[in-house]
Amino acid sequence: MGNNLIEKYYRTERLPHIWCPGCGNGIVLRAIVKAIDNLGLNKDDICVVSGIGCSSRATGYLDFNTVHTTHGRALAFATGIKLANPNLHVIVITGDGDCAAIGGNHLIHAARRNIDITTVVFNNNIYGMTGGQYSPTTPTGDKGTTAPYGNIDPNFDLCELAKSAGATYVSRSTVYGANMITKQVEEGIKNKGFSFIEALTICPTYYGRKNKKGDAPEMINQLKEMTINIDAYYKLPQEKREGRIVIGELYRVQREEYIEKYNRLINSF
Amino acid sequence: MTENNKRLMQGNEACVEGAIAAGMRFFAGYPITPSTEIAEISAAKLPRIGGKFIQMEDEIASISAIIGASLTGVKAMTATSGPGFSLKQEGIGYATMAEVPCVIVNVQRGGPSTGLPTSPAQGDIMQARWGTHGEHSIIALYPSTVKEIFDTTIRAFNLSEKYRTPVILLMDEVIAHMREAVDLPDISEIKIYNRKKPSVGPEEYKPYKVLKGNIVPEMANIGEGYRYHVTGLIHDESGAPTNDNRIAEELVLRLVNKIENNLDDIVYYEKYELDDAEEAIVAFGATARSAKSAIDTLRAKGRRIGMFRPITIWPSPKKQLTELAKKVKRIMVVEMNMGQYLLEVERIAGKYTEVLGYGRVNGELVTPKEIVRFVEEG
Repeated sequence: MGNNLIEKYYRTERLPHIWCPGCGNGIVLRAIVKAIDNLGLNKDDICVVSGIGCSSRATGYLDFNTVHTTHGRALAFATGIKLANPNLHVIVITGDGDCAAIGGNHLIHAARRNIDITTVVFNNNIYGMTGGQYSPTTPTGDKGTTAPYGNIDPNFDLCELAKSAGATYVSRSTVYGANMITKQVEEGIKNKGFSFIEALTICPTYYGRKNKKGDAPEMINQLKEMTINIDAYYKLPQEKREGRIVIGELYRVQREEYIEKYNRLINSF
Repeated sequence: MTENNKRLMQGNEACVEGAIAAGMRFFAGYPITPSTEIAEISAAKLPRIGGKFIQMEDEIASISAIIGASLTGVKAMTATSGPGFSLKQEGIGYATMAEVPCVIVNVQRGGPSTGLPTSPAQGDIMQARWGTHGEHSIIALYPSTVKEIFDTTIRAFNLSEKYRTPVILLMDEVIAHMREAVDLPDISEIKIYNRKKPSVGPEEYKPYKVLKGNIVPEMANIGEGYRYHVTGLIHDESGAPTNDNRIAEELVLRLVNKIENNLDDIVYYEKYELDDAEEAIVAFGATARSAKSAIDTLRAKGRRIGMFRPITIWPSPKKQLTELAKKVKRIMVVEMNMGQYLLEVERIAGKYTEVLGYGRVNGELVTPKEIVRFVEEG
């Protein structure tokens, strides 16, 4: 099955990829491709847009219409693509630095508009491409090359941000449970509006090494231990909820999509 | 030309009219004085013709959105002014590298920084040339009347489509906000150039390969069956990123040369009273209008003076400036800055003739009287 997906959806001539041994990005990418396969979408109708960073290199390996843009701007490019050609399924691949720091404003406004774009954030808690600097999602106290004494910044909850800004589908999953990522990407693509999926992934090379998190399998197990499904979470007594990262479908609401609104305007003349 | 086509029009309005005539169907912008009317008029007009307008969250988002739109085959434009133009540089570099046609209007204002938001200045000459990082060439056009804004906006789109490159339209605040009578040409008289689409099927298509007889690679629209990769990284003919030094050099040189080797097609200019001229003024935009008036005054006094007005200021009109320099005793560059284009004219003409500069940066237009005084005393 896995190999079929690679032959069907990857630019195999571009492999091997640049990611380090143990990197979780390949798991997220495969989960996205599987979602596309499950939905039976035509490859020509899919446009995958990415920014800059490790995860954003994913577009180069995918056999869709792919646009590897500038740092943080994937959603702004994607907004232009989707608005100009609404027939495309537009999927944005981005990382925690790309999406939450330099691209944070674009995330807020794409969500506010509820434009029909599915965003998948590969959150590895670090700037990997540049060698391990702390990002907006690096947990407070953890180390990066620019936080040699521990990060004093509070870390962002990106799902809360996306929800508050107006996303109409918000979910979180981890590379421990790739099937959940697939399911969420499917739901995100099906949602007519702005969908936000935070895929927690691992960077053993930088985040892991700097913070003594162990090797890749250990880090993936840590993701399992740190997270709790939303259904189970709400069954826990308040005092036991502290510190757990909630995964699953976190938010869903119906709201008119941006281009539908714009087309109503065009059709009114 | 019928009387019906004659309209009193503001410069910024002429820009939108020209853009729509050229085929613009997508505009993304952010409010900034003195270019805001371009966004406002686009917002009013585009949905009525099935086009799209979007006010993005910032200047960088706006240029990113037009690049995205252009990749789907839609002609797209953004407009800004000084501070916003600084922010656009990231996208200008991307569009240069990925060869995505788009038009960026910069209605200049006094700087640096927030500067003089409502006053004219010509301080972005060098930023238009070198604002984005890395070795590159650029096309920048500079109209001088409201009618010429209309025509030049069409040219900007045509050059952008033909050479697959961002084209910068530099405007002056005083012309952008001035109203003049404009004879609009019949739409059938307007020459429109559209990007060349692939002549081969998706299997054979190489998105960054220049086929024989072409100036640039043929461009497939996203969503039409040609699935390819677009990146701001150095890439090979297939669009794949590479660190190969040979490919890097080939690509950068190709991007520069597709412009620099086609100057005869890209360079527009006006010659005013140059036939018998012994001295010449070089000026553009609003300053050229003052210069024309000054030349008329000086000629009435018996002085053999004329003007060379580049409409294409980048790439610079090397051949024309060289010819001029060989002919006249001196060239005076008049501009609303402290000598930015003077540097370029000196570089080209300095070895053949004397080159002087006159500039001001107080937010006021250079007047004809000042130019007359400078010519007579300078």
